[in-house]
Amino acid sequence: MDSTQTFQVFNRGPSPGARLVFFAVLSLLLMFVDARFGYLESARSALSVLVSPIQHLATLPGTLWHKTGNFLVAQSSLLETNKALHRQHERDSAQLVQSQALLQENRQLRNLLAMQQRNQFSVQFAEIVYAEIDVFKRKVLINKGGSASIQAGQVVMDDKGIIGQVTRVYPRLSEVTLITEKNHAVPVQVLRSGLRSIAFGAGNTSQLSLRYMPVSADIQKGDVLVTSGIDGLYPPGIPVAVVEKIGRDPAYPFANIICTPTGGVDKHRHLLVLSALPALPERPQAAPVADKPGKEGGN
Amino acid sequence: MSYLSQAHPEIQRPVSNLLIMASVFGALLLNSLPWEGLWLSLRPDFVAVAMLYWCTHKPLRFGIGMAWAVGILADVSDASLFGQHALSYTVLAFGGVVLSRRIQMFDLREQTTQVFFILLLTYAVYALVHWQVNGQVAWSYLLGCLTSTLLWVPISVLLQSMRQMRVDRE
Repeated sequence: MDSTQTFQVFNRGPSPGARLVFFAVLSLLLMFVDARFGYLESARSALSVLVSPIQHLATLPGTLWHKTGNFLVAQSSLLETNKALHRQHERDSAQLVQSQALLQENRQLRNLLAMQQRNQFSVQFAEIVYAEIDVFKRKVLINKGGSASIQAGQVVMDDKGIIGQVTRVYPRLSEVTLITEKNHAVPVQVLRSGLRSIAFGAGNTSQLSLRYMPVSADIQKGDVLVTSGIDGLYPPGIPVAVVEKIGRDPAYPFANIICTPTGGVDKHRHLLVLSALPALPERPQAAPVADKPGKEGGN
Repeated sequence: MSYLSQAHPEIQRPVSNLLIMASVFGALLLNSLPWEGLWLSLRPDFVAVAMLYWCTHKPLRFGIGMAWAVGILADVSDASLFGQHALSYTVLAFGGVVLSRRIQMFDLREQTTQVFFILLLTYAVYALVHWQVNGQVAWSYLLGCLTSTLLWVPISVLLQSMRQMRVDRE
C-alpha cells in the first residue's frame, strides 16, 4: 500500500476541497464563456492538434477495413457497377442537356422580368471521418477543414439532398451539424404547392418536423420539400425531405407534420460541401442577429 | 479469483508517469472509437475509470488538476461544451482523492459499489449541465454509468498487473 505517503511532512498544496472549488468554478466559467460568447474556438482548434492523432488512430481500424474491402472487391462486381453507372450516366446526360436548356430559358426569363439571377455554386468533396461522437448530438466530422478553406455556415449535401451545415472548423477537420439535430432549422418550400415553411430537426430520431403549419395548410403525405433559398443560407431548390405523416388534431392550432430527410443523413460516407453561395443584400437591422449559424433561417 | 479477494498483494514500486499518461491516453482512444447507436449509450467511460484508478491509488500523483486537464481534452475530442467533461471529471477526481484511503481498504468487489456512486455523481453532473444547456434529460446516457462500474474490476486488475510487470523487469 502507499503508506509511505501518510505523514504530512511535505507541503502538498491546497486541500482537495479547495482544488475542487477552484477547478469547478474554472469549468463553469469556461462553459459560460463558450456557450455565450464563443471566444474559445481558437483554443479549441489549438487543442485539437493534441487530440486529432488519437481520433485518427481510433478511426484507423475502420478505415483500414474499408480500404481492404475496396481492394478485395471482385472484378465481376466492378464490371457490374461500371455498367450500371454508364447506364445512369446516359440517362442523366439526356436530362442534363434538357435542364441546361431550361436553365438558359430561365435565365432569359429572369432577365426579362429583371429578377435576381440564380447563381451557380461550386462544390467540394469531403468524406465523413468520424460520426456521432456524443449521444446527445447529431454531428459528424468531415475530412476538410480550414486548410481547404471551409467556413462555418457552409451547406453540406449528398447526391440526394441536404445533410447539414458546417458549424465548426478545425485546421484539418470540420464539424457538420446534421439537419436532424434538435432545433436545427432549414427554410423549405413544398414543391407541389409552393407553400413556405421551416423544417426543424427532431433531435431524438432521424426525422424532421414542420412546426407552425396551420391545420388547413395545403400539404399532403408524400410531398417533397425543397430549400426555399430564403435567408440566403441554403441555395434554393435542393431536396430536403419527404412528408411522412400528417397529424391534424383539431384540438391544436397547428398540424403535426413529420418528414423523412431525402439525403442519407445517417448513411453515406461521401458528401459535398457547397461554397460560393451568392450573398444576399444586407438585411435591415431590426431583429438581433442569430448567434449560431445552425439556428439561422428562422423567418 | 484470488485477485478479487486481495486488492494489494504486495508492496509496489512507484509507478512511472509514462504508465499513467499512457493509460489515460489509451482510455481516450477507446472512448473515441466509432461507437454508434445503442453501443454508444452503453459505452463505458474508459477515461473516467482509468482516472479514478489513478486518483484512488496515487492521489498525490494524479489529482484534481490533472483530471481537469484531461477533461478539457475530452471536451475537445467530443466537441462538447468547453468545461463540461472538465467539470464532471473534477468531481470524479475529488471523489477519488477524498475516498482513496477508504477505497483501498476494501477488496475489488466491495470497491465496485463504492466506485459506482462516484461514477453516478460524475455522470449526473454531466447530464445536469446538458439539461441546463439543452433543456432535455438524456436518460439513456446514464446507462454508461453502469457499464463503467462493471469496468472497474478489469481495469484495476489490468493496471495492477502492468505496475507489477514494471517491477519484474527491474
